[in-house]
Amino acid sequence: MSTNWTIKTVTEAIAARKVSARELAGEYFRKIAARNGELNAYLTLSEERAYAQADRVDAMVAAGEMLPALAGVPIAIKDVLSTRGVRTTCGSKILENYVPPYDATAVKRLEAAGAVILGKTNCDEFAMGSSNENSAYGPVRNPEATDRVPGGSSGGSAAAVAADLAVVALGTDTGGSIRQPGAFCGVPAMMGSYGRVSRYGLIAFASSLDRIGPFGRNVADVAAVLKTIAGRDAQDSTSTEAPVEDYAAEVAKPVKGMKIGVPMECFGEGLDASVREKVNAGIGLMKKMGCEVQEITLPHADYAIATYYIIATAEASSNLARYDGVRYGLRVEGNSLIDMYRKTRGAGFGAEVKRRIVLGTYVLSAGYYDAYYLKGQKVRALIARDFKDAFLKVDAIVTPTSPVPAFKLGERTDDPLAMYLADIYTVTGSLAGIPGISVPCGKICGKLPVGLQIFGPAFGEVAVLRLANGFEKAGGAAL
Amino acid sequence: MKISREDVVRVAELAYLDLSEAELETYRAQIDEILEYIGKLNELDTANVEPMAQVLTSDQAADATLREDVVVPCDAVVDVLAQAPDADGSYFRVPKVIER
Repeated sequence: MSTNWTIKTVTEAIAARKVSARELAGEYFRKIAARNGELNAYLTLSEERAYAQADRVDAMVAAGEMLPALAGVPIAIKDVLSTRGVRTTCGSKILENYVPPYDATAVKRLEAAGAVILGKTNCDEFAMGSSNENSAYGPVRNPEATDRVPGGSSGGSAAAVAADLAVVALGTDTGGSIRQPGAFCGVPAMMGSYGRVSRYGLIAFASSLDRIGPFGRNVADVAAVLKTIAGRDAQDSTSTEAPVEDYAAEVAKPVKGMKIGVPMECFGEGLDASVREKVNAGIGLMKKMGCEVQEITLPHADYAIATYYIIATAEASSNLARYDGVRYGLRVEGNSLIDMYRKTRGAGFGAEVKRRIVLGTYVLSAGYYDAYYLKGQKVRALIARDFKDAFLKVDAIVTPTSPVPAFKLGERTDDPLAMYLADIYTVTGSLAGIPGISVPCGKICGKLPVGLQIFGPAFGEVAVLRLANGFEKAGGAAL
Repeated sequence: MKISREDVVRVAELAYLDLSEAELETYRAQIDEILEYIGKLNELDTANVEPMAQVLTSDQAADATLREDVVVPCDAVVDVLAQAPDADGSYFRVPKVIER
């Protein structure tokens, strides 16, 4: 059987009865069994659910029914998305044995489209991290270089797709958690606009930033998954009515004449020389594709990390108040209700989560609210305005996804601030609410993948996907 | 120094978070460094900037108007309580709250 399946090859082979959905699921569970011990990409496998879904698809094939868009496609789901009857840990000890009583809307929509859920992927605890080293269940290894991190927080989803332990995967992105691991593992990875995908059933980290999005081995697969999960959901008041375009048809359209902005702020100090070289080559390729490249400015980009770590931690401190040992998850007994709360949270949360709860509580506390939280919200408005101004002149903005390639396991764990700075080019778009993708842009010394990031205006997913697809087809990954 | 040991103790108390002595000192030092970095925001004059309290503009938000308040079935009590560390019938049990 062929390896490195894509949505196109899977759905065609299943429709032509060359392979059954059950056989394909079995093939993937065998690959996972062989490789997961080393990579640690999956935390929980959902074999029963996967085979039941595969059998439904196979029954449709046998009955000659019209097959849905993702019929039989094996998919991995980041372990912060609720899956009915399948353990969902958020990479945390506090939810070690938690089994959600309902499905996230994104999960439900994927299954309705015929996708086969293989299992739940490892991630930084509550999606807080840039290396996957904050998981309570051990780090994920980068399939391209197993002594290195896969990026984070959706490291397991990125690694699963890169190592062909799933055809596509869902991740979540709050400050770069889809795009940066996509870059580190060498696979396309996208977050749609804020409001594009329902977050019902996503276990919250920072509600004004969290987004759900796909990983795939090509841009067409990313587009197909995004199309499936996008659109209004009455269960999430932040999901919008904005129409969902036919991404599959739109991505194939030409990019000649597209106006591309390159922000000089993203090519300054701190950018690794090898990454710079690859991304510059990527911009050169876009010129050859007929795009009009111009230098632009995002004057407040340099303030994005500081702004992000106020807003994200403030929201996290509030969202994580729900882990109190009463309704679900871990409980550590205490001699009073408050004592039980304190002990449960002290024992259940890992170091990075506690650090962010303390920081987030501090910036919201009496006497500091104006100096930190309000200031952060004001600078966030300036960052969003920078993008709005830029998109008056250009159709898309191109930057490196990460200033560095995948770093070694353990290299940055003692220095939270250094770790935060790994998200320096991704957080800007998170704060602004705009869509962004990371696409492979060559490998350093033929080994370490580099990601090129493309931003579009709010609800401009089509421009982002079209440029990414054109770049991929023009050979961007082989630069 | 931006944040003192007493600040960390006070904040951990607000967040109902047990921290060990070692954690208190580690977090204090690390958060101090992060706050030092965050201080760069003071380079910007934001006196006349409206804070960005919402990501979606009013024309993008689906719930710009209120929805109808409709009763829908929600038969989840058994499934929900099955996840509780300590449930009794249709209740969550917690340590005694009221002192006699």
